[in-house]
This record gives sequence, structure tokens and C-alpha cells, in this order.
Amino acid sequence: MAGNDALSHEDILGAVDAWLKSGKDVALATVVTTWGSSPRPVGSQLAVDQTGAMIGSVSGGCIEGAVVQEALAAIKDGKPRLLDFGISNEQAWEVGLACGGKVQVYVERVG
Amino acid sequence: MKRGVLDRLQAARAAKRPVALATDVKTGAQALLDGKDVSGDLALSSAALAAVKKALADDKSGMAEAEGGTVFVQVFNPPLRMVVVGAVHIAQALAPMAALTGYEVVIVDPRRAFATDARFPNTEVTTEWPDDALARLKPNRRTAIVTLTHDPKIDDPALQAALKSDAFYVAALGSKKTHAARLSRLKEAGFDDAAVGRIHGPAGLSIGAKSPAEIALSIMGQATQILHGQGAG
Repeated sequence: MAGNDALSHEDILGAVDAWLKSGKDVALATVVTTWGSSPRPVGSQLAVDQTGAMIGSVSGGCIEGAVVQEALAAIKDGKPRLLDFGISNEQAWEVGLACGGKVQVYVERVG
Repeated sequence: MKRGVLDRLQAARAAKRPVALATDVKTGAQALLDGKDVSGDLALSSAALAAVKKALADDKSGMAEAEGGTVFVQVFNPPLRMVVVGAVHIAQALAPMAALTGYEVVIVDPRRAFATDARFPNTEVTTEWPDDALARLKPNRRTAIVTLTHDPKIDDPALQAALKSDAFYVAALGSKKTHAARLSRLKEAGFDDAAVGRIHGPAGLSIGAKSPAEIALSIMGQATQILHGQGAG
């Protein structure tokens, strides 16, 4: 029953819509698969504009930086991307999830 | 995501229709299932369409295997709802907490002195009797119903309506003694043990809550626990 609660307290798509209406370029990142103790459930979303401003989240803050870079690239070339963040404990202090979980994030340009 | 897909998705969400968006994560092609309509540039096989429909029915987003590749299905259900009976002090703390947690909140209290917009900014407040309000609101399995008045004239009709619904969480504030009396009244009214057993009473998790905000937190915690199937608290 948990479903889409990931989106509920912030209206990410509403923000995307408002950004597009104000002439911004926007990309949307969505958690599509999780394994182990990943911090945000499937369906969690992060919207990014062409300046790198963001709303929402796809992790507890560990991978947002890398996702924003890919989102900016998707805004430029229009191509969707499927990103894997699978992290062993030794790597966890670099780009990844300190909890050791794994996530797959889909990034697409909107509009 | 194409602008047209976003527009249709937002329109469906505004109208509180459950919809599902299927995305081919290799090509970016998408199909939106809205009632019987399927729109977008992703052609869904009948097997893929069945998978999307199942995801929507199960309220579960995720990857679905389909002919020619894997499709990500994202389910957009209307928000959870919480009906709070009793525009009391605890409700003033519970309403914003529930809203932050993603619920649409409706406060029901026929006593006009309590049910004022000034006490509940940005929240739907109605002075209908609870049975009338619940008949109109049609609680379903995405609805929580919490009674806070301690007044049988107000709480009991709400609980009777709640027990006839599929509400996933039904809770009533009041001491153990008050709750026992409440249960015997409901049994006299024809509800069996299984039915009255659905009521969480006294409402909320046992966390030693004292202040209105702490009690609201304990209720919010319990509703969350039940929502995610973590058993009785």
C-alpha cells in the first residue's frame, strides 16, 4: 500500500511543471530499482533545472551530486540515462550510499 | 518525458484519478494508462499492459519485464486521506503533521465553536455530523479515520461509519475505561468482536505522549505503522 508516498510531501512534478512554464530546462531523475538498505523507495524523484537547482531526492544525499551532473548532461543532449549506484563498503565514502545499498536511477529530460 | 505526457499526468493527478506511467528506460518512450485510455509513444503489448494494470492495482511502482525489454512502471495514486473527527487541540497538531506526511486532511466537527478556519489554516474543515461527512467522503483503503472528541454523540457515529468502510486505520482517543465503554456500545449497536477489534484505542503508539503534539505524533506513528503493514502497535 506504500505506493507513491515517496512523492507526497513535495510535489516534484508540480515543480517540474512550474519550472517549464517559467522557461527553464528541466530533467527528472527517478529511483527505478533498489536492493538492500537503500534510503529512498522506488518512485522517489529529483528534479533538476539547467542551473543545477534541485527539488526532491533519490537518496539520503549521497548520490545527488552525481545525479545532478547526469541530469545536466541529459538536458543538453536529450538522451535518457539509466545510472547504477552499487557500492561496497570501502567505496561508500566516495560516490555512493554509505548504508551499502544499491539503487538504479533513471534520468530523462522533460519537455 | 514529453510535455504532453506531463500535462496529462498532472491533469489526472489534479482530478485524483489513479494513473500509471510506463517508461522504456533504454529509449525514453512512455505510455500513460489513465482509466481505459493509453497514450504516449510507447507501444505496450497486451502482456505489458497487463503488467502496468497490475502495478496500478497493487499500488506498487517498479520494473516490469515486457517483450523487447524492461519497462519501469510508476504508479500515481491519489493522496492518502485522514479524517479527523473533533476539531480539538490535538487535531491542531495532528492536521499539519498528517499533511507533511502526505495525507489530505479533513477535520469534522459539528460544534461550530471548535470547527473554525482560524484554528485550522489551510485545512478542510466541515461542520457536518461525522456520519454525513463520511457518507460524502467515502473512505477507502487509503483512508485513516481518527476520533478525538471523547463525546459518544460525535465519536460513535464516526466509528460506526468507519467500521463499515475499508479504512486502513481507525483509531479513537480516550482512556482504556472510555474505550471499553465505547466498545460495548458499538457491540450493542451490532458490531462483532472482529469489527470493533479494528479500532486502535486508546489511539496512538505507547510512547508516553503527554502534550497535544506528542499525542498527535503517537497517532501519526501508529497510522504509519499500520499503513506499511507492520502489525498492531
